[in-house]
Amino acid sequence: MMNRMSKPLGRSLALCAVLAMPLLLTGCEIGGKDATQWGPRGAAMEGVVNPRLMSAPGVPPESAYPLESRDGPRARDTYQNLQVLGDISADEFNLLMLNITAWVAPPEQGCNYCHNPENMASDEIYQKVVARKMLQMTRTINTQWEGHVKATGVTCYTCHRGKGIPAYYWTNAPARPNGILGNNMGQNMPSPTVAYASLPHAPFETLLVGNNPIRVGSKGIHPTPANTTSIQATEATYGLMMHMSSSLGVNCTFCHNTQNFGKWSREQRVGAWYGIRMVRQINDGYITPLKGVFPAHRLGPTGDPFKVNCQTCHQGVNKPLGGVPMLADSPSLRDPNVAVAGAGTSVLAAAVSTPGAVRAVAVAMPTETADRIADAAGAAADQARESVAATR
Amino acid sequence: MGYQNIFTQVQIRGPVETGPPLPHGDFPRTETAGYSYLMGLFANAQLGPIYLGRLGLASIICGLIAFEIIGLNMWASVNWDPVQFVRQLFWLALEPPAPKYGLSIPPLAEGGWWLMAGFFLTTAIILWWARTYRRARALGMGTHVAWAFAAAIWLYLVLGFIRPVLMGSWAEAVPFGIFPHLDWTAAFSIRYGNLFYNPFHCFSIVFLYGSTLLFAMHGATILAVGRYGGERELEQITDRGTASERAALFWRWTMGFNATMESIHRWAWWFAVLTTLTGGIGILLTGTVVDNWYLFAVEHGYATQYPATGIVDPSTLPGAPQ
Repeated sequence: MMNRMSKPLGRSLALCAVLAMPLLLTGCEIGGKDATQWGPRGAAMEGVVNPRLMSAPGVPPESAYPLESRDGPRARDTYQNLQVLGDISADEFNLLMLNITAWVAPPEQGCNYCHNPENMASDEIYQKVVARKMLQMTRTINTQWEGHVKATGVTCYTCHRGKGIPAYYWTNAPARPNGILGNNMGQNMPSPTVAYASLPHAPFETLLVGNNPIRVGSKGIHPTPANTTSIQATEATYGLMMHMSSSLGVNCTFCHNTQNFGKWSREQRVGAWYGIRMVRQINDGYITPLKGVFPAHRLGPTGDPFKVNCQTCHQGVNKPLGGVPMLADSPSLRDPNVAVAGAGTSVLAAAVSTPGAVRAVAVAMPTETADRIADAAGAAADQARESVAATR
Repeated sequence: MGYQNIFTQVQIRGPVETGPPLPHGDFPRTETAGYSYLMGLFANAQLGPIYLGRLGLASIICGLIAFEIIGLNMWASVNWDPVQFVRQLFWLALEPPAPKYGLSIPPLAEGGWWLMAGFFLTTAIILWWARTYRRARALGMGTHVAWAFAAAIWLYLVLGFIRPVLMGSWAEAVPFGIFPHLDWTAAFSIRYGNLFYNPFHCFSIVFLYGSTLLFAMHGATILAVGRYGGERELEQITDRGTASERAALFWRWTMGFNATMESIHRWAWWFAVLTTLTGGIGILLTGTVVDNWYLFAVEHGYATQYPATGIVDPSTLPGAPQ
């Protein structure tokens, strides 16, 4: 009798144990997901997000007050030592200064974060010298990189988020040891920069400065000396892509049809392509030249300034700050006052004074870019077919 | 006597089965042999005796050297910190040399240890292969196990030796490490235009999935006729009984034909062996003969063509930054 009773009991216990096993899958996210298809069927081109776990995009602070007019006496006639913003009106200048204080300066320091209150024109505080360079950089981004920032534009807040130092930056890693001790070959550790893969965790040092190639695929079927990219170099590219993916909170298919990574399938990849070149110019043309300006505690272990990557602005969302237009009350961050002749050239001169900027000056302007893309689209309808034809 | 059938779990204890006497000149088998009740619940209750022999001993020594080189390199990479060694174990690696070294012998810390670990691991594997061959011969068996093992060794050698030599660089080989070798695999596919378009990769997957299907079908069939003694497969082969008849009838009814008690094992053997044989061919051709498998598939008409999107590579536009 005991045996008869215990057998069903044992079975139901075993059944309970089996049914409880899914509870061990603690990595699972319970609840509905939002799926968006953005490519042909069967290519898994879709975004699946858990609305309860999405990064909040953040909200830019309101302007201190609305900008009524861009007319009035010029700032250079009111203030001294204006090298970038002299051509805008004094009123617009005052508003911009107020807003920059909210965007960048720690509240307890306010204007004094950059200025000597006894002599506001003085460049004695290093933050002011940095801020001037950053204003030039911001104008370059807004005028020459509309392929990436579109009409949304950026302000100091896009990166700084109310802090003197943006939350996300990178510096060069110290040289690896010569022996095996403490030497992880620049990879093989759980690093957040590459989404905790074991990929090379400093892909920025080679790929977000300078001009190294990022693409790894061949344009022809068979091996040629034109592409001898190693697997190790491929892993660096892969690491950069993981960084982009996690920085934007998107998957590979946001930019690629993963059937063929090399093919241009999504316009988002075009935006990313401009973004990478923009970041290179920011790092090479604006931040690295400030090396001598920053105090030692604002430099990395190898003495280089804090540089930017995708995460600096994006912070986990594909449109930083939800994509709200940033320049409504700060038009001077894109356009020097158009009423004043010569302002444009001064920006250009400022940009060209930096080595990386020379490249960017040649960048097509947004409307022209759009036209060219439309023209070229007909001719280059299918890249893969062309590549194959070329190898025949 | 151990596990015979789940319906007759009787474990009988007696003198251990030591096997036939060994030929002259062979090492003796280990003296220790005994029974394990726990093992008897899953398999044969008798443990041992083990025949180690010269090949086995040499293989274990070489394997241990490789294991130590890999493990100590990993541990050194976290400054001999035992906690970090455990925490980061799945990320740690012993990396092959950088591309600049080609096929030369690099300094120890720059891939020399990798080369050495690879040498000892390969030696250990090949010695173990010879051991499976020799032990099968000593028992008067066929050498099917050895040749199945050789098929796996082929893929291992292609990945770590033959292809790197053809490519002229040790850097092409796989790192030792859990996640690092997986990242290597993904990077390999990305570099060579999507390995899914490699037809030999397709074959390998077909045989791999086919192997699991055959294993499931065969395992299920034998268990299903276990009540008629179906698990005594050799008896059923030499003298077909009701278990074999019912199993054959089942498959003829459900899918029209059936394997025989012998041929099902031949099918399984070939599916398993062809998984790594075709996989090895696919890896061998990658980078040596074909550099972009997607374009290869376009050329041969088996890549899906999706509608053109009109998106143009911005670097080809006039005045684009490079």
